[in-house]
Amino acid sequence: MRCHVTCVPDVLYAAEITMFDNNIVLYKFVQDLHFYVTGGEDENELILAAVLQGFFDSVSLLLRGNVDKREALENLDLIFLCLDEIVERGMILETDANVIAGKVAVNSMDPTAPLSEQTIGQALATAREHLTRTLFQ
Amino acid sequence: MAQPLVKKDDDHDDEDYSPFLGIEKGAVLQEVRVFNDPQLDPRRCSQVITKLLYLLNQGDSFSKNEATEVFFSVTKLFQSKDLGLRRMVYLIIKELSPSSDEVIIVTSSLMKDMNSKTDMYRANAIRVLCRITDGTLLTQIERYLKQAIVDKNPVVASAALVSGIHLLQTNPEIVKRWSNEVQEAVQSRAALVQFHALALLQQIRQNDRLAVSKLVTSLTKGTARSPLAQCLLIRYASQVIRESANTQTGDRPFYDFLESCLRHKAEMVVFEAARAITELTGVTNRELTPAITALQLFLSSSKPVLRFAAVRALNKVAMTHPMAVTNCNIDMESLISDQNRSIATLAITTLLKTGNESSVDRLMKQITNFMSDIADEFKIVVVEAIRSLCLKFPLKYRSLMNFLSNILREEGGFDYKKAIVDSIVILIRDIPEAKESGLLQLCEFIEDCEFTYLSTQILHFLGNEGPKTTDPSKYIRYIYNRVHLENATVRAAAVSTLAKFGAMVDALKPQIFVLLRRCVLDSDDEVRDRTTLYLNTLGGDGEVVETDKETKTLLFGALDIPLVNLETSLKNYEPSEEPFDIDSVSKEVKSQPLAEKKAPGKKPTGLGAPLAGPPSTVDAYERLLSSIPEFLDFGKLFKSSVPVELTEAETEYAVNVVKHIFDRHVVFQYNCTNTIPEQLLENVSVIVDLSEADDFAEVLSKPVRSLPYDTPGQTFVAFEKPEGITAVGKFSNTLRFIVKEVDPTTSEAEEDGVEDEYQLEDLEVVAADYMMKVGVSNFRNAWESMGDDFEHVDEYGLGPRENLAEAVSAVINLLGMQPCEGTEVVATNSRSHTCLLSGVFLGNVRVLVRLQFGIDGSRDVAMKLAVRSEDEAVSDTIHEIVSSG
Repeated sequence: MRCHVTCVPDVLYAAEITMFDNNIVLYKFVQDLHFYVTGGEDENELILAAVLQGFFDSVSLLLRGNVDKREALENLDLIFLCLDEIVERGMILETDANVIAGKVAVNSMDPTAPLSEQTIGQALATAREHLTRTLFQ
Repeated sequence: MAQPLVKKDDDHDDEDYSPFLGIEKGAVLQEVRVFNDPQLDPRRCSQVITKLLYLLNQGDSFSKNEATEVFFSVTKLFQSKDLGLRRMVYLIIKELSPSSDEVIIVTSSLMKDMNSKTDMYRANAIRVLCRITDGTLLTQIERYLKQAIVDKNPVVASAALVSGIHLLQTNPEIVKRWSNEVQEAVQSRAALVQFHALALLQQIRQNDRLAVSKLVTSLTKGTARSPLAQCLLIRYASQVIRESANTQTGDRPFYDFLESCLRHKAEMVVFEAARAITELTGVTNRELTPAITALQLFLSSSKPVLRFAAVRALNKVAMTHPMAVTNCNIDMESLISDQNRSIATLAITTLLKTGNESSVDRLMKQITNFMSDIADEFKIVVVEAIRSLCLKFPLKYRSLMNFLSNILREEGGFDYKKAIVDSIVILIRDIPEAKESGLLQLCEFIEDCEFTYLSTQILHFLGNEGPKTTDPSKYIRYIYNRVHLENATVRAAAVSTLAKFGAMVDALKPQIFVLLRRCVLDSDDEVRDRTTLYLNTLGGDGEVVETDKETKTLLFGALDIPLVNLETSLKNYEPSEEPFDIDSVSKEVKSQPLAEKKAPGKKPTGLGAPLAGPPSTVDAYERLLSSIPEFLDFGKLFKSSVPVELTEAETEYAVNVVKHIFDRHVVFQYNCTNTIPEQLLENVSVIVDLSEADDFAEVLSKPVRSLPYDTPGQTFVAFEKPEGITAVGKFSNTLRFIVKEVDPTTSEAEEDGVEDEYQLEDLEVVAADYMMKVGVSNFRNAWESMGDDFEHVDEYGLGPRENLAEAVSAVINLLGMQPCEGTEVVATNSRSHTCLLSGVFLGNVRVLVRLQFGIDGSRDVAMKLAVRSEDEAVSDTIHEIVSSG
């Protein structure tokens, strides 16, 4: 089943929704990257939308705003960690993008510092450094 | 509990650069060796893990060996202190799902991490451990998990709680012990900890209705700290409402809570509450109103998700309370042109359910524009909704029929066109005024129809309905054109349809004959055969005469016989003086061949003629019995029962019996198997005690000469019974034989044997044995055509029973008749039920039974039994069976 979406520049970030085979599917297409969240037909669509939003925003943070396929593939480890922090076998862990990205980016920080003391900016700065190192291996 | 699955899509078909271009599983598995280096390079190892995860996500899988090897190498990585690498290790362990003996290796490392000072380690180690744990490991770490649940750090607490939710499926006894800690966590300030704790606590207590109710009560007093928790509360409150529905007096408990949530500031809570209210069982219009108002506001939101959610919820409500939704009609009409086609379709189908007569025309106009935009699956949904609308407002059939015929002309796939044709057919059947125009529409459609199946169905339908109209001749042209222009299947159907017109409408006969004669030289066999048949049987040779009623039934009546049985009977028929008798074909539908037990001996048994093939149906029994000369003058076999076991499983001799019923005789066929390798049985027969079966007299007994190990054999005992009455009785059986020892090495038996007996279980012959289960497809027609000449009606009290279903099945089993049209299924908690039964009684007498049951407060069941049959004695017999049973 195809559902026709008209892509107009200013609604680039709008989320769309449809049913597919008794599942609710929410999606967001940005550049050449497609984000999907699915749930059973009895689910609350707005909750799924919150998950999609959290997923999308945290990926944006982690990829420093360059949300496209190439960037995602080159930082696939971050994407995997990000997915891991959002949903555990179907159960929602977190929908706040800042918290999600913070948990992922905490990789190379001081291991003994408690989580709450790091600001997101610091976390991303260190993450950026880590990424640069990875790219040139 | 919300359970979305998160997935990201990576397209393969692009030419852009990808770091995983050309990646191949074998190569990556080789790279895994790098984990074994004494000098670990964390960045490199992380990269390899990423590649492994990528492969798994793309659908590759690891064999058991590969997974084990990777896992062992991964365990070496615990030596590195690198944070990033450790996180990746956690991920890959979860993906590899190691078995319990492999898990031991990493247990201590993970437990160390679980107690580390780094919070991220603790949280994730908990999640990994709980993912790979088994019962014994779990008891070891239980202490730490309970501490983690009430940890200050919300990430740690959430990790433990969520793991608990998953563990509850596999180790519920253990997780239930954490109740107190979870209860404490529910009070946590951290929003998501409360959410997770609430979910876990409800799962633990879900079987205790009171506990859940208390939980909900305590939390609804304040507000939950996160919208997600609030949504959970709404769901649990609904559950409590649902379960206390039986004892409800006055207002529902918690309804006020749900209603107050409609004013919550988070949209997901408002929606959850609105949806919960609309799904309350037996909800009243007054209760619905605030929920529908809230949903109505969502309809005009700028966010597609809100519009979709609202219109989907309203669609569901419209099925049961269409009046409540009519206020939203205006908003919904504007959604017909929504860019999101799912939303538009849902809006249309809702409007079709809630529309009133005056809005139908306007609605049809809007829908016409819309139909061309949507996909076939959606279109079918709309067509079905239109069909229900038309049945609701039959006066509007004209505009709706126009709409259907217009869309029938447009492009579309088979399922879509079939749905439209089905709708038109239903409208023609149910709305008499629509018949003429409907039939014409179908005629025009078949002029241009690309689907043979649909053309033949329509032609058949035309044949049934056309002759009954005021001017049947106007359809002839359309039908005759099909004979020239279409493929053989359609041509054959058209010929049959023409013949039907000719048979039913005498005035048309001359015209039909002319047309049929032109088809006699068709290129296809079937078409020619049919034409010749009709020309010769319709009668009159072209004059206006009436066609014989019998001929009509022959040509156009329904065939009640299952084709499989017809085929078998035809194969068995040997050309002789007597013509093939179609009435002799059994109408009973045999679901499965009774294979194994009927397999004859591998060597010829003492019966004489060797039996060909495994006897597995009624005909097989017939052949078997007719090969025994003594049974030949018993006449035709009426019925054979299913095999009844006379021994328990795993006994020395396995015996089951088949009861064969003839007009004046009953034959028991005992199928015996000797399961003892060291024995050979000879002269095996069954001694039957008739002391409790007065009506029967033994006529002869046919033993099995020899019964070696594991070779089934049959022995027969035949009885005479008085004609007419349904003789019943209880027979006790003893197996008598001569047993000879067999030397296992040489397989030779001794010379002398010893006489022995073996007691078998008793066997009963009951009234139901004289009844064959034969169903009818249309009970009412059969009942009417049977006539009430031999009808017998009476009422009975069946005494107290467990429930109605039990009484119904008891009577069905007593009579041994076939339930028709699904009437053996009794709806739960129903106070009355009608059951329709049909069968054929000994003597080939067709019997129909109509049972009406009623059960009162004290569980007493009353039954009214109406019997119609072709023989008065049989009708009386049915009543005798019931009154004595």
